[in-house]
Amino acid sequence: MWGVGIAPKRNIDFEVIVVDDGSPDGTQEIIKQLQQVYGDGRIILAARPKKLGLGTAYAHGLKHASGNFVVIMDADLSHHPKYLPSFIKKQMETGASIVTGTRYVSGGGVHGWNLLRKLTSRGANVLAHTILWPGVSDLTGSFRLYRKSVLENLISSCVSKGYVFQMEMIVRASRQGHHIEEVPITFVDRLYGSSKLGGSEIVEYLKGLVYLLFAT
Amino acid sequence: MKHIVKILCILVAVAAFWIGLLQSAVVPRSQALLLPVYLIITLGCYGLLMVGIGLMRFPTCPQEAVLLQQDIIEAKDFLKQKGVDIGSD
Repeated sequence: MWGVGIAPKRNIDFEVIVVDDGSPDGTQEIIKQLQQVYGDGRIILAARPKKLGLGTAYAHGLKHASGNFVVIMDADLSHHPKYLPSFIKKQMETGASIVTGTRYVSGGGVHGWNLLRKLTSRGANVLAHTILWPGVSDLTGSFRLYRKSVLENLISSCVSKGYVFQMEMIVRASRQGHHIEEVPITFVDRLYGSSKLGGSEIVEYLKGLVYLLFAT
Repeated sequence: MKHIVKILCILVAVAAFWIGLLQSAVVPRSQALLLPVYLIITLGCYGLLMVGIGLMRFPTCPQEAVLLQQDIIEAKDFLKQKGVDIGSD
């Protein structure tokens, strides 16, 4: 809750929305305690009874959002809230509709990947850039700031699952001519739980590329 | 315009250029026939080169993992002071 501490000092009006798909680790109990500390206008719990997929999770969280801009981030600490000010600053400087965090520029980076994971990532990236020309360097990252109306529109038009969903959102946004800016972020791979990347994820990724090639 | 249409346009333009070369006698026919093979090899080399460069220059951030651990300890202490029970792990 680092952000909860610093944002008021910078005069930023915000709320934290936690979408929880009935995780068994006591997330909801902690959220209720945090609401006691910070107030339930600051911390909002958007719970769902069971795991229902990423796209609908975004849509569900978005229903609770009251601001003009929404930042989506993973809550397992692979996305550090210390980068939030740079997202906001970049948006205010450029008036962009989307500010996307990128791990693949100087100032950004990844920790916790072995050589094979890096090779897969680079290969996937080169392939996507060669055939899709997306105009952003990090397609599958999910730490992004969106103008709320743009996010609503994108969520309703994207159909992919998992991290292909992240790629579909940014590719569609780029095709629709939205102003997209990038800021460097670092990514410390999941402290809690293991990051999954197997043969089936690679197949899903390739199917996603072909789908986007024809659909956008 | 759908992206696939853009890519097909480029392919058609390249094919037209190639057929033009085959029809005219600027390069010997036997060599002109091999040009698509060279093109595919060049594309493959480009891909491998980009992956290689990407791997060599892959940005890593081991210091961030350390900083994150410090932040977690700080946050846990802070939340404990506020009376939030965050478990023992």
